[in-house]
Amino acid sequence: MANSPSTRTVALSAKSRMALMAGLALAWGVVPLLALALPAGNPLHLSDYALTLSGKILCYATVAVALDLIWGYAGILSLGHGLFFALGGYAFGMYLMRSIGHDGNYQSDLPDFMVFLDWKELPWFWHGTDSFVWSMLLVLIVPAVLAWVFGFFAFRSRIKGVYFSIITQALTYATMLLFFRNETGFGGNNGFTDFKRVLGFPITAPETRVVLFGLSASLLMGAIVLGRVLITSKFGRVLMATRDAESRVMFLGYQPLYYKLTVWTLSAMLCALAGALYVPQVGIINPSEMSPANSIEIAIWVAVGGRGTLIGPVFGAALVNLAKSWFTMSFPEYWLFFLGLMFILVTLWLPDGIVGLWRKLRSGRAAAPAAASAAPPAPAVPATPTAQPEAKAAGMSGRTVEGPVAKGA
Amino acid sequence: MKVAAKVPRNQDQAERENWDDSGSGRMAHPVIEGEPDLSHGVILYLEDITVSFDGFRALNKLTLSIDVGELRCVIGPNGAGKTTMMDVITGKTRPDSGQAFFGQSMDLTKLAEAEIAHAGIGRKFQKPTIFEHHTVFENLELAMKTDKRVRRSLFARLRSEDYDRIAQTLTTIRLENEADREAGLLSHGQKQWLEIGMLLMQEPRLLLLDEPVAGMTDDETERTAELFVSLAGQHSLMVVEHDMAFVEALGSKVTVLHEGSVLAEGDLATVQADQRVIEVYLGR
Repeated sequence: MANSPSTRTVALSAKSRMALMAGLALAWGVVPLLALALPAGNPLHLSDYALTLSGKILCYATVAVALDLIWGYAGILSLGHGLFFALGGYAFGMYLMRSIGHDGNYQSDLPDFMVFLDWKELPWFWHGTDSFVWSMLLVLIVPAVLAWVFGFFAFRSRIKGVYFSIITQALTYATMLLFFRNETGFGGNNGFTDFKRVLGFPITAPETRVVLFGLSASLLMGAIVLGRVLITSKFGRVLMATRDAESRVMFLGYQPLYYKLTVWTLSAMLCALAGALYVPQVGIINPSEMSPANSIEIAIWVAVGGRGTLIGPVFGAALVNLAKSWFTMSFPEYWLFFLGLMFILVTLWLPDGIVGLWRKLRSGRAAAPAAASAAPPAPAVPATPTAQPEAKAAGMSGRTVEGPVAKGA
Repeated sequence: MKVAAKVPRNQDQAERENWDDSGSGRMAHPVIEGEPDLSHGVILYLEDITVSFDGFRALNKLTLSIDVGELRCVIGPNGAGKTTMMDVITGKTRPDSGQAFFGQSMDLTKLAEAEIAHAGIGRKFQKPTIFEHHTVFENLELAMKTDKRVRRSLFARLRSEDYDRIAQTLTTIRLENEADREAGLLSHGQKQWLEIGMLLMQEPRLLLLDEPVAGMTDDETERTAELFVSLAGQHSLMVVEHDMAFVEALGSKVTVLHEGSVLAEGDLATVQADQRVIEVYLGR
C-alpha cells in the first residue's frame, strides 16, 4: 500500500503545460500578429471590436474562475462577486482618471466630475492615485481587506448557504448605492470614463489594446494554474472536505474558518485584478457594475460551464457573454428571458454544466462499444456504465443531484 | 548578568504556557500547551453537567469519569442524553453548569471543537461522517495527526512514514483494497470502519464512539468488538451502543444513563440485574 499512487496527482500534467504554452503563444504571438500586422481588409484581421470583446470576456472568465474556487470547491455561493470586480476597476480607474491630466473637458488638475461638483481639491483617498504602483496596490488591498473582514465575521458566525448568498448580495447592493452618491467621490452614477492613456500609452491605440488583451489572457491562465495548484494541495482537499462535511473537519482538528477565509480573500483579489484590466479595455466603470444582477450573472457563467472544474467557468463565461452580445444586438428585449431559461435548463439537466456533459459523452462513447459487444439488450446504454456509480454517490451525498443552486443553499 | 539571563527564559516560558500557536490557526481561547495531565489516572472527568434546551433538561447533573486506558460502554434509552454528553465533551454544546475536564487541567468547557480535537479527543458520529467525495486514502490522510494550520496544508507533502501509517491503518480497518475508491461508494459498515480509521489516524487519547456498529453485519460487529478491546490500554474509549450483544462482547464496565444522569454503573450482568435499570430500559 505504501507505494500507492493515491492522491499524488501532479498539479499540472504535461498536457496542461502544453495547453498553457499554446495559450500564451496565442495571446502574445498570434493575436498581436492578426490585429496589428494584417491590414484591416484582410479576412483574418482582428478588429478592435473583436479584440476588446475577447479581452472583456477573458476578464469575465477570470471572475468566473475566482467564483468557482469558492463555490465549486468550498461550497460557498457568493452573489456579490461583482463588488470585488468593480472595486478593482474603480481603484485602477482612479489611476486612469489622474492620467488624463489636463486633457479633460475642464483642463483642470482635478478629474472632470470633481470640477463639475465644484470641488477645490482632491479628497484624501485620491492622494497618490497618480502613481501606477500605488493604484495597483489599492486594486489588491482594498478588496482583500473588505473580503477578509466581511468573511471573518460571516464565517466565524458560521453563516452558510443561502444566508451567506443573500448577505453578499446585500453588500454589493449597499455599496452600489454608496457609489451612486456624488459625495462619495467616485463620480456618482457616471463613474469614471473618457480615459486618455495608461502608463503614458494612448488607451485606444491598437498596440495598447493588444497588450491589455495579452495581460487579460495571462491573468486568466494564471488564475487557472493557481486554482489548480491550490485544489491539488492538501489545502484543497481540506477545503472540499469542509464543503462536504464541515463538522468532521472540525473534529479532526482543522479550523474551517481560516481555510474558507484564505480562499475567499484570494478569490476577491482575483476578481479585483480582472476588474482592473477590464476598465481600460471597455473605457468606463460605473456603479451599475455592482448591481445584484451582475453578480448573479457571474454565478450563471459558473453553473453553465460546470462548477468545481476550473476550466468549465471559462467556457461558461465565454458562451453566455457571446450569446449576450448577439442577443442584445438582435433581440435586446429577450436577453434576460434567455438567460433565465439557460439557468433553469442547466440546473435541471446539466448539474455539472458543459464540462459535465462533455465528460459524460466521452465516457459514454468509450464504454459504448464494450457494452454493445457484451450485452446486446441494453436500452439505456449510452450513459449507464459510468452513470451508475455516479448516481449512487449522488444518492448518498446529495451533491450531484441537487444542482448548482440547491448546493449553494 | 543573572537578570539578563533570566528574562528570555521567562518570556519563552510564558509564551509556551499561554498562547499556543501550534494548534490549528489562532483561536479565541488559549490552549494549554502539550499533554493533558494524567497523573491521577483519570482521562475524562465530568461533574454536575447540566444542559437544557428550551426548558428540557438533556443532561441533569451528570457526573462521570473515565480512567486512562479504560474501555467504557454507555447505554440508555433514547433521549437519555448520550449524544448531548458527547457534544459537551467535544465542545459542540456548552453546559449551563458543571465542569468537564480532560486529564487534570484541561477545561473542555472553554475550548473550541478544533482545539479539543487537537488535544486528543476523537469522535465518531452516530451517522458515519466521512468525506464522500474523497478517496479512502485521502480521508485517512486528512485525519492524520499533524499541523493542521492553513499555511502548512498549502505545502504539505506526505513522508514515507506517513504512507506507512496510512497503510497500517488501512490494514487495521480492512480497507487496504479500497484505498483509491471514493469513500461514498463504500458499504455502510465499511464507512463506519473508515470513520474509526480516521479517528485512529488522529492518534487520540480518548475515543468517543457513538453507535459504532449500527448497520454492520454480525461478522463486522464481532471484528469491531475485537478491535476496540485491542485498542483499550493504549487509548481510552467511550462507546455508546444499543446493541447488547456488542456491549457484552466488549466485556467492559457499563454506565446506564437515564433522563440526563447516571442511573447505574458496573459490569453488564450487575447492571442488567438492577431493578431500576430494568424498569427504565431493559424491561421495555
